[in-house]
Amino acid sequence: MNLSRRQILILLPAAAVAWKSVLAGTPESAPNYRMSDHWWGMLIDIPKCIGCGNCVRACQAENDVPDGFFRTWVERYHVTDEHMTNPEVISPDGGKEGFPVAKEDAGKYFFVPKLCNHCADSPCTQVCPVGATFVTPDGVVLADPKYCLGCAYCVQACPYGCRYIHPEKKVVDKCTLCYHRITKGLTTACAENCPTGARQLVDLKNPNDPIHAFLKTHSVQILKPQMATGAKVYYNELDGAVR
Amino acid sequence: MNGVEGFMYPNEIELHWSVLIVLYPYITGLVAGAFILASLERVFRVEAVKPTYRLALFTALSFLLVAPLPLQLHLGHPERSPEMYFTPHSTSAMAMFGYVYLWYLMAVLVFEIWLDYRCDIVLLAEQSHGMKRLLYRVMTLGSSNISPRSLHIDERVGWIVTLVGIPSAFMLHGYVGFIFGSIKANPWWSSPLMPVVFIFSAMVSGIACVMVLYMATTKMRGRKIDMLCVDTIAMYLFYTFIIDFSLETLDLIHRIYEADESFRSLDFMVHSKLYFSHIVVQIICGTLIPLALLAVTQLVKLGEVTRKRIYATAGVLTLIGIFAMRWNVVIGGQLFSKSFLGYTTYKMSLISKEGLLMAFGLTLLPLGILWVLIKLLPPWPEENAQAVTGD
Amino acid sequence: MNPFKDVEHLFRFAGLFVVAFVVFWAIRSHVVPPTFGQYGHYRAAAIGEIAARPVHYAGHDACETCHTDVLDVKKAGKHAQVNCEACHGPQSQHADDPGTVTPAKLDTATLCVRCHAASAARPKAFPQVDAVDHANGVPCETCHQPHSPAVDAGGTK
Repeated sequence: MNLSRRQILILLPAAAVAWKSVLAGTPESAPNYRMSDHWWGMLIDIPKCIGCGNCVRACQAENDVPDGFFRTWVERYHVTDEHMTNPEVISPDGGKEGFPVAKEDAGKYFFVPKLCNHCADSPCTQVCPVGATFVTPDGVVLADPKYCLGCAYCVQACPYGCRYIHPEKKVVDKCTLCYHRITKGLTTACAENCPTGARQLVDLKNPNDPIHAFLKTHSVQILKPQMATGAKVYYNELDGAVR
Repeated sequence: MNGVEGFMYPNEIELHWSVLIVLYPYITGLVAGAFILASLERVFRVEAVKPTYRLALFTALSFLLVAPLPLQLHLGHPERSPEMYFTPHSTSAMAMFGYVYLWYLMAVLVFEIWLDYRCDIVLLAEQSHGMKRLLYRVMTLGSSNISPRSLHIDERVGWIVTLVGIPSAFMLHGYVGFIFGSIKANPWWSSPLMPVVFIFSAMVSGIACVMVLYMATTKMRGRKIDMLCVDTIAMYLFYTFIIDFSLETLDLIHRIYEADESFRSLDFMVHSKLYFSHIVVQIICGTLIPLALLAVTQLVKLGEVTRKRIYATAGVLTLIGIFAMRWNVVIGGQLFSKSFLGYTTYKMSLISKEGLLMAFGLTLLPLGILWVLIKLLPPWPEENAQAVTGD
Repeated sequence: MNPFKDVEHLFRFAGLFVVAFVVFWAIRSHVVPPTFGQYGHYRAAAIGEIAARPVHYAGHDACETCHTDVLDVKKAGKHAQVNCEACHGPQSQHADDPGTVTPAKLDTATLCVRCHAASAARPKAFPQVDAVDHANGVPCETCHQPHSPAVDAGGTK
């Protein structure tokens, strides 16, 4: 590092203070975060995903995700001419350690990262018998671990398979869109660690959000649109073979 | 690799609803069905089945008392289940469980049993001693009025309670069917027919259960089985079964005909993973054979012994078959991937909170409770008369 | 004559319900969490609790506050859009206490191939090599400086 000692002495405390104020924020009490100003979603740019699995590892590290369960995972599709709508799909350990090398053949390959779609009309929050899972005013679907019974009705109701019952806590768990990060001005752990920018957080209520422009100029799809879930994870160039 | 064939979404590999969640609708189905049989006599004046009236109510109560247990054992946090009473979510079918259950238990079953037995309870309280006397006196709620007018009022009120009890029983079990039927994410479950099929199969299982219990307990007591009674019950069982079978066949034909995106995957599942439980146990042994047996008794004049044997066999096969139906719905619905590209395996444990042994135990527990109820409040007219007059 | 004499027992049974109802409401008013229902049918305090969970990845802005020299090198090269912790792992502890907590040294042998191992599944335009053919055991950083990996940018510093 080429910083002079003097520079370090000035920068370090400043950085530490800045970091502490970032950590201190809570959504309602933080002066700079109002839930009603935001409506969160995510953009997944399929052509950019290289299947490195960084996002799966990062999510596990950030959120203490138990082994064998996934808040996010990556699927690899292999579509051949004879089976355009019946692809071969793998997701070894959710793609956490990447994928086995694929051999060149006549088919096409692509990677599809998946996570909770933070549906605006979420079927999972509809079925919770006690109100332990809900959509926040800023559009994030969360689960309250102190109120959840662990009945797993929401797990059955999710069309995307993004929920699971935590093996130790015995309550439901799933992607929180890194709510503890995005309310502090950070991005999600998966987006932060994606080396190609295939995953990007988007604030749909913020017209200055750069992803807004992308969504307007590209053809994007959601998973299982026939389910009318109001999913807010948008996929660029999502192939019709994706399940 | 951990029982997965093809591709499953990573979180789908382990089943979340176990055999206990198969048992729960089975138990509430027996409750609803037994109650419908009791209502046959009370509301629809089918005098022939009167010998089973009190037994049917007790059967319903025994199973109803056990019904919450599989749910409590399944929950990750059973100590939080009162939340369903304090903050039920109005958009969730499951949320109504607490209230429907309590309503059915207290305002229907217990109320009806109390009204029917009140005279006997008061008399038993006068004749017994010690703890039993105290128990009976508590059951009288402090009223020892058994005048003819009060008993007549009991009878009229009981009639209304039974009448209200019929839709209540449908609600108690129908909502479970709706819990499955309203899940758009799962094509094996999602169907408007689901609550209807659940209710009719519940009636079939409940009627068969009371019929088998009546025959078994009468035999154990060394008494003669009232043939008019069992013949009538078997007839109702047969016709209810026809309706149930028609509904399930309609569902099947509809699926095959429409052949939507899920069809291939589900069809393969039924022919492979669910072959034994669905084709062999549910359809052949649990539906077609009992239907054929019962049809024979309805069409051909048979001797008493033969009829009794057929009824017992058909009854037991039906009970197994309806259990298999619940299994195929609950477990079957979780064996295939929502990507329609793969299947997983249900690894049922033997000795655990949600294991096979627990399931057996919970199935036998209601019989134990039934035994206690019969001992406390004998439902048999002859023995009851003896007990009450103190012979 | 008491007109209710023959229905009195029914009122006693109904009394059970009244008692149960009162007890239920008494318990409920104590047990339901105070923030329940504030924004919807859920415990509003859960939002704050979830938002207060610990952060493990500091985020590239935090790194770039101090490590400006690395930033200058990185933004001129092909790894400009690759964030620091994508390779260096979660560093919020280091950002919290930069003096005491030192990030671990990285092993390029396992790290680089995660993205750059050749596979027909990866986009054709993405730089990828077969590690054995390409390097034959030579560590990646011999020719590629990770912060600016183009070969003509020079090897490890």
